Amino acid sequence: MTILSPTSIDEAVAALADPAIQVLAGGTDFMVEVNAGHRRPDKVLSLRHIPELRTWEQLPARDDPAHVRLGATVTYTDMLQPDLAQLLPALAHAARTVGSPQIRNAGTIGGNLATASPAGDTLPVLAALEAVVEVASPLGVRDIPVATFITGPKRTALSPGELIVAVRLPLLDGHQEFRKIGVRNAMVIAVASLALAVDTRTRTVRCALGSVGPGPIRATEAEEWLAGTIDWDRPAATTEAPDLAYFGRLVAGAAQPIDDHRGTAAYRRHAIGVLAERAAAQAFGAGSAA
Amino acid sequence: MPERVATLSPIRLSVNGREYQLELDHRTTLLDALRENLDLTGSKKGCDHGQCGACTVMLDGRRANACLIFAVAAQTHDITTIEGVGAAGNLHPLQQAFIDHDGLQCGYCTPGQICSAVAMLAEVEAGWPSAVTPDVAAGPVDLDESETRERMSGNLCRCGAYVNIVAAIQDVVG
Ligand SMILES: Cc1cc2nc3c(=O)[nH]c(=O)nc-3n(C[C@H](O)[C@H](O)[C@H](O)COP(=O)(O)OP(=O)(O)OC[C@H]3O[C@@H](n4cnc5c(N)ncnc54)[C@H](O)[C@@H]3O)c2cc1C
Ligand code: FES
Ligand code: FES
Repeated sequence: MTILSPTSIDEAVAALADPAIQVLAGGTDFMVEVNAGHRRPDKVLSLRHIPELRTWEQLPARDDPAHVRLGATVTYTDMLQPDLAQLLPALAHAARTVGSPQIRNAGTIGGNLATASPAGDTLPVLAALEAVVEVASPLGVRDIPVATFITGPKRTALSPGELIVAVRLPLLDGHQEFRKIGVRNAMVIAVASLALAVDTRTRTVRCALGSVGPGPIRATEAEEWLAGTIDWDRPAATTEAPDLAYFGRLVAGAAQPIDDHRGTAAYRRHAIGVLAERAAAQAFGAGSAA
Repeated sequence: MPERVATLSPIRLSVNGREYQLELDHRTTLLDALRENLDLTGSKKGCDHGQCGACTVMLDGRRANACLIFAVAAQTHDITTIEGVGAAGNLHPLQQAFIDHDGLQCGYCTPGQICSAVAMLAEVEAGWPSAVTPDVAAGPVDLDESETRERMSGNLCRCGAYVNIVAAIQDVVG
């Protein structure tokens, strides 16, 4: 086995012309597979020494709405730093539930996307925010919306030889959060997770679900219903308990859960409804501050 | 299956302020290099899967699972292992506190716990929020018992010495 450690994106992309090469970012999925004997790479392309992949920037509002562009090797720890956390609070909420501090120091957003686990914690947030994945290969660059990037459990639209370079997320105006249920907080894979993002400018609510389907699921019917019941001129503290419960039922209806060793489909459907109700209460219920 | 050729390369590791030159197979993890090649056996292998934290070392002062990084990829970092945290006669305050509070039973997890705690205190100093910090866009952190537990959640202890580990860390925080 040989490891290539380029220091620029261009060099990394050029190296991908070799079909045998495997991309290594933080290693928190990759190395587990290597150590378990499930992955035996001959050639590895390490992204660790490419500083431009580890940066993020807030793009000028030439795009409407304004965006944040996160390089592919931005880590969970990076997402938790106050500058970035205040721009993308739901992503920070998701980041702080991932693994352990050690895992958060190493694991990256690009790795979470490429792994495409149904339980990947950033995925509901990226789906709710309608993030766009920037991909590069020796043939050129392309943009893939997250909704089409994840094609199934552990399956993506990445072609061989393609590198995730960045993820673009819009900056919204309004309450955002991520909630996750697992057996405990640290080091657990989500049994159900949910991201909610409110945009007071476009008067929309976005809600995406994780771990209750083959990939993240947008609860569009529930989103539209909730957006339609809110008094957008003063959205905080206007939604009553029965409405919140109805929203929870609509979200539960959008889930496509399965039974596995972590939980039954029935439990997951119930749990996702509860998460939705609580998230909406935080955004629009009594005492909220959307 | 095609024959697998080990690629040996000269590599340079900077561990505890000392430079080491070695010839390593690229597949060697940092954890194996430390233990098998450098005879720094303080870092332990509990799971080899990133789950237990027994292999925790610091890369440029940040905690990392040494089982999840190839040694070749660790060449650019300043690596600190438990051997570099303190030694007999010159213990780090956290090492002394673990002794004073019986923060261990078999001791297998202890080097990882202490490396993790050293880096954790630096994270708190820098104001990094945790999963139990009320506001993610936070300011200064009060390292109370629940913050300590959450922030040490990457280090498991099969002997269940958690109560005393938390007490030892709290003691150092003052
Ligand atoms: C103990 C433990 C706990 C965990 N807990 C959680 C959790 O709570 N929630 C969660 O979501 N995940 C969790 N994970 C999984 C993992 O940490 C995340 O999926 C992480 O984001 C992976 O990122 P990485 O940089 O480590 O990827 P790597 O392991 O380096 O790579 C993963 C895969 O993505 C590919 N890849 C990486 N970067 C790119 C790129 N830029 N372009 C193309 N392909 C790329 C690699 O080839 C590989 O196939 C956990 C893992 C461990 C070991
Ligand atoms: S041996 Fe590395 S985390 Fe367990
Ligand atoms: S003291 Fe035995 S594993 Fe922690």
